[in-house]
Amino acid sequence: MAFYASFGTVMLLLAVTAPAALLFGFGGAVAARSHFAPLRWFGKGYTAVVRGVPDIAFFLFFVIALDQAFEWLRHQVKCPDWDMPVRQGSDFVVCAAAKLPLSSSPQWVHEVYGFAIAVLTFAIVFGAFAANVLYGAMRAVPRAQTETAEAYGLSRRQTFWRILVPQMWVYALPGLSNLWMILIKATPLLFLLGVEDIVYWARELGGSKTQVYSYPHPDWRLYYFLALLVFYLALTRVSEVVLTRLTNRLSRGQATVAGEAQRRAA
Amino acid sequence: MSCVETIQAYALRSIGIGERLLPRSDFTLCEQFTLIGSGLLWNIYFGVLALCFGFFMAITVAMAKAAPNRWVRKPAEWFIFIFRGSPLFIQFFLAYETFVMLPKLGFDLNLGFTEITVETRWLTRAWAGALIVLFLNTAAYAGEIFYGALRTIPKGDMEAADAYGFSGWTKFRKITFPTMLRLAWPSYTNEAIFLFHATTLVYFSGFPAWQQRGDALYYASYFADKTFNPFIPYPILAGYFILLTLCVIGIFGLVNTRLNRHLPQERRQKLRVRPQVIR
Repeated sequence: MAFYASFGTVMLLLAVTAPAALLFGFGGAVAARSHFAPLRWFGKGYTAVVRGVPDIAFFLFFVIALDQAFEWLRHQVKCPDWDMPVRQGSDFVVCAAAKLPLSSSPQWVHEVYGFAIAVLTFAIVFGAFAANVLYGAMRAVPRAQTETAEAYGLSRRQTFWRILVPQMWVYALPGLSNLWMILIKATPLLFLLGVEDIVYWARELGGSKTQVYSYPHPDWRLYYFLALLVFYLALTRVSEVVLTRLTNRLSRGQATVAGEAQRRAA
Repeated sequence: MSCVETIQAYALRSIGIGERLLPRSDFTLCEQFTLIGSGLLWNIYFGVLALCFGFFMAITVAMAKAAPNRWVRKPAEWFIFIFRGSPLFIQFFLAYETFVMLPKLGFDLNLGFTEITVETRWLTRAWAGALIVLFLNTAAYAGEIFYGALRTIPKGDMEAADAYGFSGWTKFRKITFPTMLRLAWPSYTNEAIFLFHATTLVYFSGFPAWQQRGDALYYASYFADKTFNPFIPYPILAGYFILLTLCVIGIFGLVNTRLNRHLPQERRQKLRVRPQVIR
């Protein structure tokens, strides 16, 4: 049963991470365009660093780093009169009240916390890619469009929200759809983050014996993984079809080659 | 232990030369640098070999996908679809389980006059099994890139070749192949970078790190687990990988200039590096 529920976990992760990553990406792109230099450096540095290093290293890094960062912040707030250093040799020690999640909280809180950390990690990593795509898309909107807006006396803010943002999506879509495919294919890495996802259950249920049970069947992991493979192939195939449709829909009435072709055909 | 001694003991640890025991406590920076660097040898091994073999397979696949005969085309299309459509991580697991399922000690192959015992055990080891997966994977991705390039060869070039009386193998070798390679090269560079990043997945999927001989990420996560401090090993790993990426870009850039040497300066394709990290 938990095996089937874990498919839901993967879908939930996709559903939550995609908007979150888009939000991070939007923030990153806006930061990279900013006129305020440190903010611009931050935006550009963010995308450059995340893209240059293997993603899996980031997944392993952020899970511990975020966890420790949260605990440290809570530690500062909740236990101001703690006099020992936080790092003692190879241990990371915070006061009991600052532990996250609290050691007294029930099991589901631990699971939700683990999942939330995973989502945040995915959003940070994929946000960098999305930032790059959106940054390119904002620059791809024809200059004439923004010039016209300026000529009509729109302020910078108005130009950005009313002209640039609505028009950039069609330019961003190829990159974003590519990113979506990559995101789908990155979901099995959840397993490494300690979330009990489909890879975890495939290993547990498929094996002939685990720590908890001993199954009557021999080693079936091969078939479980085969099923996962088919699941992912179906998922990518369906998204491919949907994204093609979406591209066609968005190209309608745009000042691009595809939009022009649609106008002629009609 | 001084730093020089550490390097002597651990620089080749990942391939089994030097000290057997990994450091257990009081990790110095030098130890972390040396061990993660020694793990990088495996990343380079996987990346370079998979790229070298995968290149030829990719060209074959691309040609097959562009073939007019559907019995040739369909298998190539399916091959590309399966390897590009599914996560590499799952592919590793699947391959490992398959190799484990093969009879442990090898099986006898009867050739009529003589019997050969095929040893299949080595396939479950990372050096061979993971290499096969990476090889097939890069062949599929690069095959798609080459196929795309094959379709964007200017029509005029092919017509000119016909007009000069080129045909068959000569036409392929002199015209089609160089042009395809030239057009595909920038994307192929990305694919190479991407593959090197993907090699870090090997020891986190099914393949066990035998005698703790792992790759760079394996050692980095070892240190992070032991010290519970991710802020030292992972940045070291990141540094190594940025260096590796720069090397790849440098080497592929040289090939790129060679491929474009006949073009006038301003028309040469610049190598634009846009790595996408996950496959």
